[in-house]
Amino acid sequence: MNAMIYRKKGALFLFLIPSLIFMAVFLYYPFVMNIINSFLHITALGDKALGVNQPWYENYVKLFQDTLMGVALKNTFLMMLLPIVFQVGIALVLALLVDNIRFGTQFFRTAFFFPIVISASALGLMFNLVFLYDGGMINQLLQALHLQQANLPVDWKDKSHALATMFIPVCWQYVGFYFVILATGLNNISQELYEAAEIDGATKMQCIGHITLPLLRNTLCTCLVLAITGALKVFDLPWVMFPSGMPMDTTWLTGTYMYQQAWKLGDVDYSSTIAIEFVVLVVVLSQAASRVFKEKEY
Amino acid sequence: MTALSKRKSPVSVSKIIVYLVLIVWSLTTIYPFIWVIMNSFKKNAYIQQSSFTMPVGKRFTMQNFQTAFERIDIGSAYLNSLLISIAVTILVILLAGLSAFALARYQFRGKKILESLIVASMMFPVFATIIPVFRMEYRWGIVNNDNNLISLLSVILPQVAGNLSFAIIVLRGYIQGLPIELEESAFLEGCNVVQIFTKIILPVAKPSFATVSIFTFLWSYNDLFTQMFFLDRPGTRTITLLLSQITSQAGTNYGFMNASVILVVIPVLIIYILLQKNIIKGMTIGAVKG
Repeated sequence: MNAMIYRKKGALFLFLIPSLIFMAVFLYYPFVMNIINSFLHITALGDKALGVNQPWYENYVKLFQDTLMGVALKNTFLMMLLPIVFQVGIALVLALLVDNIRFGTQFFRTAFFFPIVISASALGLMFNLVFLYDGGMINQLLQALHLQQANLPVDWKDKSHALATMFIPVCWQYVGFYFVILATGLNNISQELYEAAEIDGATKMQCIGHITLPLLRNTLCTCLVLAITGALKVFDLPWVMFPSGMPMDTTWLTGTYMYQQAWKLGDVDYSSTIAIEFVVLVVVLSQAASRVFKEKEY
Repeated sequence: MTALSKRKSPVSVSKIIVYLVLIVWSLTTIYPFIWVIMNSFKKNAYIQQSSFTMPVGKRFTMQNFQTAFERIDIGSAYLNSLLISIAVTILVILLAGLSAFALARYQFRGKKILESLIVASMMFPVFATIIPVFRMEYRWGIVNNDNNLISLLSVILPQVAGNLSFAIIVLRGYIQGLPIELEESAFLEGCNVVQIFTKIILPVAKPSFATVSIFTFLWSYNDLFTQMFFLDRPGTRTITLLLSQITSQAGTNYGFMNASVILVVIPVLIIYILLQKNIIKGMTIGAVKG
């Protein structure tokens, strides 16, 4: 019967062709072109290529010699490691806590998830005000608590604080995201297991260690892989808070550095090369992450 | 579980600590917005000295919002953002819906290859395709075209492509799980395949279409990177783009900055509170997008 309805293949093309054209023109063709571009000499986004680079692999050499690219890579790696502790870690604690209460779970879910729907440029602007040197929220709070002298505010965006000031909002924004995924995972664990353990005299901590965490393993793995690959794509918040790697080129990330090269410095072919390095990183790291945190069947 | 809970006293110390930790974290997500709201109604001089006070009495002013409406074109920025996101959502739903239906129900040669091509394209980060897309659209003449609508199209097209593969995979999974009997009886009543799609699949698969729409809409609305690349003309600025440029415009007018954040966040906040269940579901399903 099924075969009868869907035997005539005429409509099939009508259904598939539009999507395929879109993907070919806007994903596959540009992806290949981007690799070709990395060997050419292009000085403005809209201009024709001025020939092949001398030597053709010039950009790839530059990639390894460029100190700013080194800064960007270092920050990107930090951006991957910190979320493991601060996004997934905090989210796990919160999810375990919410699992223990009955009143207000919906409220906490809503409140924790809220920052994710707000656009990163609004959040960036808000955090600019929070971390403001002259009368920002943090400095005023510290002064009110007498932890800081009124005439000596801290510049949260100077060289020594900039990275922390950039990482905190990015980590903070996505805690709710992992919280929801983990809370859903916790909900799927059967209550009977806990009841049985409690009858056997297990404490709360023992229940968490021997039942919850092992059964939550696969969900946790998903979260970790997502956190690592998601970290590579962070762009908006850092760009709004620390445009052009300020202060003094300390806050570059792969994404922001690539944008800078293409738009601000007009080195389009080098920018394409950064994008290729980016793809290699995404593929290698997501493969590595899913190997390391391999899912187990129970 | 109920029997066990009864033994415990309703309010224990550990419960209080649990609630305390949870409330502290929700304060970190909610309080900054309350703080911004309070300061958006405050005179500049007071924002830097007493930002934690309520905006009442001599501290209160509406000036910040007036400045915001005068200095930045919030109305047209909203319009541009909505035009882009609605167009992207409709196109993604339409194209992905048809393709997902085809992949879920038809058997044909090359289907396996096609499916792996779709999955693989999800791995392409926007960074790796955006420069060639820009150069291509520039040749077509649609980037920063004098006609604002055509300029917006230059963002819509790559955003549609970027969301298609993910949408196809989610919708396909859902359509595949639908019972085929409905389609069979429709076929016996004389419906053709297109009618089966519009009269059976679309209404029955509505929840998954809703999920994908929400995800696509929010993704497109918040996607600063693509918008920064393609929209350079004043008339085409979107709300995200506008906000990202305010810092340099506002200088030390912090009241104005607070007010602009509020004007942008409030509509999203209202929609979020109304549709929170769907939004949370839509965004976390979007996790697979990786």
